[in-house]
Formats: sequence, C-alpha cells, structure tokens
Amino acid sequence: MSNHLVQYICGIADNSLILGQRLGELCGHGPSLETDIALTNISLDLFGQVRSYFQYAAELQGDQSSEDTFAFLRKEREYRNVLLVEQPNTDFAYIIGRQFLFDVYHQLFLEKLQSSSDQTLAAIAKKSLKEVTYHVRFSSDWVIRLGDGTEESHNRMSAAIEDLWIFTEELFSCTELEKEMSNSALGVDVSLLREAYLNRVHAVLNEATIAIPDVKYFQKGGKQGIHSEHMGYILTEMQYMQRTFPNMTW
Amino acid sequence: MSELETKSLEERFNQRIANDEKIEPKDWMPEKYRKTHIRQISQHAHSEIVGMLPEGNWISRCPTLRRKVALLAKVQDEGGHGLYLYSAAETLGISREEMFDQLHTGEAKYSSIFNYPTLTWADIGTIGWLVDGAAIMNQVALINTSFGPYGRAMIRICKEESFHQRQGFEIIMTLMNGTDEQKAMAQDSLNRFWWPALMMFGPRDADSPNSEQSMLWKLKRKTNDELRQAFVDQTVPQAELIGLTIPDPQLKWNEDRKHYDFGDLNWEEFWQVVHGHGPCNKQRLDARKNAWNNGAWVRDAAMAHAEKNANRELKQAV
Repeated sequence: MSNHLVQYICGIADNSLILGQRLGELCGHGPSLETDIALTNISLDLFGQVRSYFQYAAELQGDQSSEDTFAFLRKEREYRNVLLVEQPNTDFAYIIGRQFLFDVYHQLFLEKLQSSSDQTLAAIAKKSLKEVTYHVRFSSDWVIRLGDGTEESHNRMSAAIEDLWIFTEELFSCTELEKEMSNSALGVDVSLLREAYLNRVHAVLNEATIAIPDVKYFQKGGKQGIHSEHMGYILTEMQYMQRTFPNMTW
Repeated sequence: MSELETKSLEERFNQRIANDEKIEPKDWMPEKYRKTHIRQISQHAHSEIVGMLPEGNWISRCPTLRRKVALLAKVQDEGGHGLYLYSAAETLGISREEMFDQLHTGEAKYSSIFNYPTLTWADIGTIGWLVDGAAIMNQVALINTSFGPYGRAMIRICKEESFHQRQGFEIIMTLMNGTDEQKAMAQDSLNRFWWPALMMFGPRDADSPNSEQSMLWKLKRKTNDELRQAFVDQTVPQAELIGLTIPDPQLKWNEDRKHYDFGDLNWEEFWQVVHGHGPCNKQRLDARKNAWNNGAWVRDAAMAHAEKNANRELKQAV
C-alpha cells in the first residue's frame, strides 16, 4: 500500500515538476518584465509543491530516498506526468495555453485532494490550492487578453488551444493506481472532474472569443511513463548535475 | 528664467543636498542632475535585467530542488529590482520603452560583469558571493543618496542583495567542503571571476571623469579605487577561510597601509568588454532584444484588449 501511495504522490508531483521546469526555461526572456516575474513566480510555487510531495514520498519510502533522488535520479519511464506539461515553450500563446489547460485541472484536482484521508496529502493540497487559484486567474486573464486582443494574438491563441487540446483528455483518464487510490479515499477520481473542467474552460474560451476545438482523437501515455520526444531532453538538462557528479552534496 | 534666477535656484538646490535633504521628482532640479540620474538609475536597472540571464542559464540545471528554488527566487528578485529602478527613473520623465530602446541600441550600458559566461554550477555561487558582494559595496552608500526614489529603492534592494551574497557564499562553502572535483570547480570559478569582479568598480579614479560631480550629489560616496580596495580587503579573508586561493601573485597584506596590496587589472580587457566586445556581449543583448521583439504582439494584444474593455464600459455607461 505504502509503495502504491508513493507512486501516486510522485505522479501528482511530476506534473508540477515538469511544468515548473518548462517555466524555468523562460526566466529573463518574457515579453514584459511583469509577465517574466509572474511566470517565474508560478514556477517557484510549483517547485515548492514538488518539494512537499517528494519529501513526504521519501519519508513514506523510509530508505535512502530524498526529494532529490525522486526529482533527479529516476529513469524517463518512471516519471508519470501528463503529456500536456512537457509540451515546449513554442511562443507566449502556447505557454499561456498550456498553463491555462493545466491550471483549471490542477485547481479542481486540489479541491478534491483536500479531502484525502491522508492528512499530509490533504494539507499539501490545501496550501497548494491557494497558489493555484492565483495561477488560474493569471492564465485565464491572459487567454482572454490574447484571444480578444489583436487579430494576430487571436490567431496565435486559437492555434495554441487547438494544438494543445489533444492532451486534455489524459487528465481525466484514470489509471489502475488512481482508481485504487480514489477507492480507498486517499486520492481523487479524476474522471469525475471532466464536466466541471469543460465548463470552466469553455467559459473562459467563450470570453476570449476562441472556438472550442472539435477534436475526436486524443494523445495519452505520460501517466504510464510513455512520454513525448521532448521528455528525454527535459530530463537530460534537469538531471545533468546529478548524473555527471553522482553522490555529492550541493 | 534669467541666468541669475537659475543660479540662485541651483545654489539653494546644492544647499538642500548639503543639508542631507531628499530631492523628490517634482522638485526643481538642474538639467544635468536629471540627466545624470536617468543615466545612472537606468543603467542600474539594465544591469538587473541583463543580470538575470547568466544566472537564468543555470535554472534548468540546478543540482538540487533546494538550489533550484533559491536560484529562481534570486533571479526573480533581480527582475523586481529592475522594476523598482525603472519606475524610479520614470519619475524623472523618461519611459520604460525609451530606456529599453537605449539598452537595445547600445546607447545605455549595463554592468560588464554580465558579459562573462556562467560555465559551471560554481559560477552561480561565485556570482552571488563576489558580484552581489561588489554590488552591495556600491549600493549601501546609495541608501543616503540625494534623489529620494533612488535611495528608497536601494533600501529594499540592499536587503535582498545581502541575502543573495550569503546564499552565494554558502554555495561555494558547500563545494569547498565537498569532493576534490567540487573544490576544483570552485577554484576554477574564482579564477575566472576574480578580475572581472574587481573591474565592476569601474576605471581608476584618474580615468573616471564623473566622480567629482557625483560625489557632490551623493550619487557616489566613495571613489572607484576606494571601493575596490574595500572589496579586496573584505573578500580575501573570506576566500582564505574556506581554502580558496585568490588568483593574484601580487596580493599581499600591507601592514603600513593596513590594506591588501594587489596586482593591476587588465585594463585592455576592461575597455574591450565595456566597448561591447566581451565574451557574451552580443548574446546578452540579443537575448534582451529577442525577448522584446518577440513579445511585441503580446504587449499589443494587452493594449488592444484594454481598449476594447474601456469602450465596452463606456457603451454600457451610455
């Protein structure tokens, strides 16, 4: 059971880890100083959450594991983040689109995780929810600004939502582990979040004058450890120090 | 305004500064005072945002989560410093866009230290320890500068910078307590950054034409050479404490002067980098220009959306 819980926690943390890593790549390169600072701040929030999850996972594991062995020393297949968060920083519309499509899910997920029968997990969810509520506001505001801005920004925002939409269904597909965790009241049944998610996302897209994508085929795999081609490069960079100089204190 | 009136205003202005009064944006000030402050404050702001780049270069590769969070927070602080400083300069009648334009065309300078590459993790420690350390030497004195908004911005900036410096020193100390490979990484980093850090204090006093006027306006409280000496005196014992060797064979304690004697800087390299030909000048400026140019459509969209909203509100009101 404990091992399954550790795996479950890692899956949650990996979403924040990989999205935080993607946002970290942008620091100093934003379209304005204000957005630069805001995106760095979101990255910082996500890494803060990651530390809480991994520290707890290490404690449960009870061996030589630490937050850093979880973050830096697993193989690609062992990371269980959804495909959405590993998508690249193509342009500001993609960055905002990716953020928005994840944030709305993240908020709904944490709202439920607050009622986990595991008190530590519930406490992390409660603390993270405050931060994520701000993330949703930031990314929703920008989707609306770009969608209902100039012709160019509208086209770019629409293209980003259209392209990223194929990764949204994975958020709600329950793995065996997620089913087990929600059955035992430790975790969240993500399939139940779909309706509320679509309602919230549609409301923002409507205000942004962006058409809801009409997509019939979706991409999944991250939750099973089958990632996109981007993932290897993300990990190569992220794990560089720990792989090049193993077993050292930094 | 007659010449006589201007002269009397200027005398009163100088007297206020001598009395340690603050000059505020709406107060009368000589044109030269305004221009000099715009130049210095905007260059300081540019240094903060260009300074985000060499450190930002390591965010994706930090060795631990703790270090990653700390580095993100540090680089974010620098963006915040840039914001206050641009705002302080704006009170003198220049827009942020104009200042960016001056940066992008090369008309405005930023601290040359950021034109050196960050090649190893140790460089992140060295920059915190030496570069933020050198910056504090300059900036603490500016808390009491005559222009109010600049002095006030400096209070917060100095608090954060001194935290950054301790954080940097702690990174280096951790390396020096580590393996031989880690110690070598720290020493190599010091070897590369020592002289550029000393160059941060600017040309020798004899070659620094703005000093006298800046001293009068309390925009400068100590000369370049005095600050450089104070920095060497402060840093050498820190390096010795953790077992690092300062890469200067002429470095020696002078009992008579009660200061360290140290070797001369490579002034040819100093001017080369100042004039835009350092290892990363082009890269740094290109990164800033790209961020600005690629972000134009985003800023345009935000303006267009705000305008649409304002029109909608107006229609509703009617």
